[in-house]
Amino acid sequence: MLDSRCYEELGLASVLAKVQSGERLTVEDGERLFVCPDVNAVGALAHAVRSRRHGNRATYVMNQHINYSNICVNGCRFCAFGRRQGEPQAFQLSLEDVVEKVRERLDQPLTEIHIVGGCHPDLPFTYYEELIRAVKTSRPGAYVKAFTAVEIAHFARKENCSTGEVLGRLKTAGLDMLPGGGAEVFSPRVRQLLCPEKVSGDEWLRVVREAHAMGIKTNATMLYGHIETHRERLEHLDALRRLQDETGGLVCFIPLPFQPANTQVEGVQPTTGVDDLKTIAISRLMLDNVPHIKAYWIMLTLKMAQVALHFGADDLDGTVIEEKIGHMAGAQSDQALTRAELERVIGEAGFVPVERDCFFRPVTHVE
Amino acid sequence: MNISTISAKIAGGGRIDADEAWALYEKADFHELGHLAHQVRLRKHPDSVVTYVVDRNINYSNICVCGCRFCAFFRSPGQDGGYLLSREELAQKIEETLALGGTQILMQGGHHPDLPLSYYEELLQFVKSRYPIHIHAFSPPEIVHFSRLEGCDVATVVARLRTAGLDSIPGGGAEILVDAVRKRVSPHKCSAGEWLGVMAEAHRQGLRTTATMMFGHEEEPRDRLKHLFALRDLQDRTGGFTAFIPWAFQPDNTALRCPPATAVAYLRLLAVSRMVLDNFDNLQASWVTMGPRVAQLALHFGANDFGSTMIEENVVAAAGVHFRLSIDEIRRVITAAGFRPQQRTMAYQWVE
Repeated sequence: MLDSRCYEELGLASVLAKVQSGERLTVEDGERLFVCPDVNAVGALAHAVRSRRHGNRATYVMNQHINYSNICVNGCRFCAFGRRQGEPQAFQLSLEDVVEKVRERLDQPLTEIHIVGGCHPDLPFTYYEELIRAVKTSRPGAYVKAFTAVEIAHFARKENCSTGEVLGRLKTAGLDMLPGGGAEVFSPRVRQLLCPEKVSGDEWLRVVREAHAMGIKTNATMLYGHIETHRERLEHLDALRRLQDETGGLVCFIPLPFQPANTQVEGVQPTTGVDDLKTIAISRLMLDNVPHIKAYWIMLTLKMAQVALHFGADDLDGTVIEEKIGHMAGAQSDQALTRAELERVIGEAGFVPVERDCFFRPVTHVE
Repeated sequence: MNISTISAKIAGGGRIDADEAWALYEKADFHELGHLAHQVRLRKHPDSVVTYVVDRNINYSNICVCGCRFCAFFRSPGQDGGYLLSREELAQKIEETLALGGTQILMQGGHHPDLPLSYYEELLQFVKSRYPIHIHAFSPPEIVHFSRLEGCDVATVVARLRTAGLDSIPGGGAEILVDAVRKRVSPHKCSAGEWLGVMAEAHRQGLRTTATMMFGHEEEPRDRLKHLFALRDLQDRTGGFTAFIPWAFQPDNTALRCPPATAVAYLRLLAVSRMVLDNFDNLQASWVTMGPRVAQLALHFGANDFGSTMIEENVVAAAGVHFRLSIDEIRRVITAAGFRPQQRTMAYQWVE
């Protein structure tokens, strides 16, 4: 941390005291950090908290992303990925296609398959159960992290059953964990303007709470940098913090900078580096009960994600391969990274690279 | 060596020596380094302004006999893809630059094997007689090359170019100012001493110049600091440098096999540069090589200038890096970092 006089001059002496003693920050504290002109001062606070939790380790995962379909009934204005059925560029993978994608990479030591897609209007629920089973059968050693809370709620509506039943059947099929997508910003004002068809923030939290109660861990995201205020970002973080107090089921939080290209959100420019780093740092400081903060290089660029390891993040995500959602919105990063590249970037930033699985347990490969 | 003692020295406005700089570079905490550099920057520029220049990089030719291993831009004489700009092409590029509010051109090229010095003199006279534009041109290796071809000394070359209309000299071709490194990566380019000699002569004749460093190839970390101290020593004697611009080597399409320097490595070096070069007024962030996000953060790690709008840029682009920023976008990024954007000239005078 920087010298305490520096925080006094910035009017952040009380925040510094809370961080030092491990006391929880309020939404108002978060607002003061967002308007602080000194990004290094904010970053140093988050780095202290991150170092207390994780020492000088920074993790990555050997993973594969599969987007089974981009056909979606929601039509969120911030999305460049979704297509209506029948539109050009709409796609939907058969189970054979998915199995093929998994088999293509069997020679690589992957531990996680990340599967998400649009809210498809007419795929039967059995498709999703079979999808999980097929992936599990093709690659028994990998964890399947699949379907956001938004997709789970959509499946339940289509199948005319409860989300609890959907989660139960998917768990039986082999689902290991839910990713954190679809949280966007929980504010009803923002959702009404940007994604009125999508489930509400309360419903997202309810589904995730239910998953945790059934022993299914999840991540959580926040899509920021569009029309939301700092206060709305902080209320989003506070809602996740209260959920985590109840369940303890959140593994990792992932702030995602909005990518405006090819979306229907007009007049919004991409986020800037200082905003990205402050958002990561404040997430680390606010979410005192969430173990991990991810700097998702696909959205941030690898250069920024590396810097973010000094601003509260302890994870870079992974090797990915064939990412579609961010790239269709103009993300400028590569499509895939190798283990050597991830370890080099982590090492050059001054951290010890550690491979992890989807639950953030260290991975040791037996040769 | 104790970091807090060195920090206190810097905070008090003291000058650090090579051992102290090395200790900071090696050991100081990342945020501490950024914070210290930012304090030095705020002391030099307390008004929270970040400047930028509207200009265009014009490369008059890519034909080059130097063959540096880190270069993706040059073509050997006779090789396909070599070019020499015509007067018409040059005029059109300058007219476009002026139409976009540009105040200067940065004009550099390869070491052409057989153009006489009179060619460059006539080029300068051609531009100056037609356009009200500042010419920032011919890096020290080009000037050394001209002097060898022409069989005259560097002082004569500088004087003749100055008479023909040259306004200032860009700091390119410095690479790493350590001859052992230069022998490996750019064996046919001028030596460190020659590079510094051209700048000393230019300053003596009243021309202002910038200085660069290209790091992250085959040099050792200590070589980067030797480079900084060589610049500081010369600046103590002449005061002719306006700015320092470090940038990270981009390996694509070059003959060097090494991964590109990371953002953290760039920011650490930038911050240490700000502290060592206490006699340089300005430090530029390099969005062309690091991208706008990292360049914005660089404004909190010692940089007070966002460089050029780069209406045209060919050399870094040839190495596979294609960042592009409009004037509006540069102003937005500066503002979002908490600073006031201000267009400037090469001499760091504000353009209203």
